[in-house]
Amino acid sequence: MSAGRLTVLLHDVAHARAGDKGNRLNISLIPYDPALYPVLAEQVTEARVLSLFRHRGATRVTRYELPAIPAFNFVIDDVLEGGVNSSLNLDGHGKSHSFRLLGLSVEVPANLAPAGVQVRRPGAPRP
Amino acid sequence: MPNHLFRIGNGAGFSGDRIDAPIPVVRTLIAKGGPAALFFEVLAERTIALAQLEKLRDPEAGYEPMLERLLTPILADCAAHRIPILGNFGAANPKAAARAVARLALRIGLGELRIAIVSGDDVQGKIALEAAEVIESDASIAADPAAMISANAYLGAAPLAAALARGADIVIAGRVADPALALAPLIAHFGWSATDWQRLAAGVTAGHLLECGAQVTGGVFYDPGFKDIPDPANIGFPIAEIDEAGGLVITKAEETGGLVDLRTVKEQLLYEVHDPSAYITPDVVLDISEVRLKQVGPDRVSVSGMRGRPAPEQLKVTACYRAGFLGEGEISLAGPNALARARLAGEVLKERINRRGLPVRARVDLIGVASVLDDDAGTLARAYAGPEPEDIRVRLAVAGEEHDAVEQAVREVLAMLCCGPAGTSGARLRTVPRIATRSLLVPREMVPTEVALHRASELAS
Repeated sequence: MSAGRLTVLLHDVAHARAGDKGNRLNISLIPYDPALYPVLAEQVTEARVLSLFRHRGATRVTRYELPAIPAFNFVIDDVLEGGVNSSLNLDGHGKSHSFRLLGLSVEVPANLAPAGVQVRRPGAPRP
Repeated sequence: MPNHLFRIGNGAGFSGDRIDAPIPVVRTLIAKGGPAALFFEVLAERTIALAQLEKLRDPEAGYEPMLERLLTPILADCAAHRIPILGNFGAANPKAAARAVARLALRIGLGELRIAIVSGDDVQGKIALEAAEVIESDASIAADPAAMISANAYLGAAPLAAALARGADIVIAGRVADPALALAPLIAHFGWSATDWQRLAAGVTAGHLLECGAQVTGGVFYDPGFKDIPDPANIGFPIAEIDEAGGLVITKAEETGGLVDLRTVKEQLLYEVHDPSAYITPDVVLDISEVRLKQVGPDRVSVSGMRGRPAPEQLKVTACYRAGFLGEGEISLAGPNALARARLAGEVLKERINRRGLPVRARVDLIGVASVLDDDAGTLARAYAGPEPEDIRVRLAVAGEEHDAVEQAVREVLAMLCCGPAGTSGARLRTVPRIATRSLLVPREMVPTEVALHRASELAS
């Protein structure tokens, strides 16, 4: 951890929602503080998100940027084990995956971290 | 409030939504006093196929099963205050839905109610779909055309708006593009042109934000300590206020829980969106990439900056097919060494299915360890290194073409009550048919639509 920066979970600094279409999932990622948008742009890359979902067969992640909101929209191909019609998963729609994304850790400037958040919590995925 | 506003309330975001949700929405629309409409969106992708199967069993079934429960508390108020109701609650059988509404109307003394039936979405047997361009398809679709259950085109707002223009009090449709249910009353009220892409974009944005009901007012949003909302047991459903120029404010029913703020609107704005610059609907291609949101009051967010481009030449058709069966079974293991017992139970189940040579695809989840985020191979559950869970549900899921094979595989979960690890209990099983879908594009002119308007008294007789 570099000086003046804290490692936090994305869940501490951003919110997200997932939606499915076929075997493709989209997850929005929205920083609570718009000032964190460039920080997340740098760290929550397509490659990093793909690595979070590789065990599910994801083949490609496309990140759309919406700086006016500000938000990102991640579109993840082939992540739903065939989609809701063929998956054996309890969550065929994949809506719980927004919280897998929010389990990712990011380094944020200490002045932009929410009060009381110091260290990443145990039990989070470690991509 | 000024009268140049039109209000659209949403009464349901899916089949299975809260049946008491429309009541405060209607109460609010009446209290505000201006022109308004109410819409219900109850058709997910496969819902119409399930409804078609119901219709094959019973010719008077195949529409939204909660239709009467949803409408009973509000129909008289909506009719008295000239608030038209629109819905895709006709599902696979809009005519039967219309008869059910007519019977309800007569029971409450509304024999004069004008009921519109929109048809044309059902293209099964009417269009040669073999030649159509496939844009998305489940791998499990059988080549056998007899496996097709339904094929429906996503209609745009035009026939719905035409029904309203003819004076319909309630418009009953099957498959329509979800946002069209909100766009149609705007076209009917303001007289927007079918090529006024900018205004249509505003109407479709309103529909997109409202079509999932509470999802824009705090539903699937609240996260204690991070995103708290007032009174989550009583989340109010959304209302859009739109002016003639396409100015849009999202708000919600009064005296309800939930909230409308920048965060709830942002989450729903991007829900089920891929490329934000090209959200395709039959009425307009919507670009929300530069949308601006502003909190303009308590539970009020204005939405601007959306842009529209010409509507596509083709309509989307979704065809649904029979695709075998899904079986699920669960058992519980709890207390000391639960994790080891649960892991072993999973291995035993898989081995039993292999030994019997049952033609199914199987998966085991350890609920409480890793399930929804895991893959079929159980990668996350195997790698689990967290604290020892004390209460685990072992879930077997199987899929296959043959009902008997799927059911036999699932019954191995039941057998674990006497053949499983120590302390195995709480078995639950079910086997259900599966439906696969294929989405295609067809030329718009191949999907003619029709609007039939009847008085309730004619339909119910």
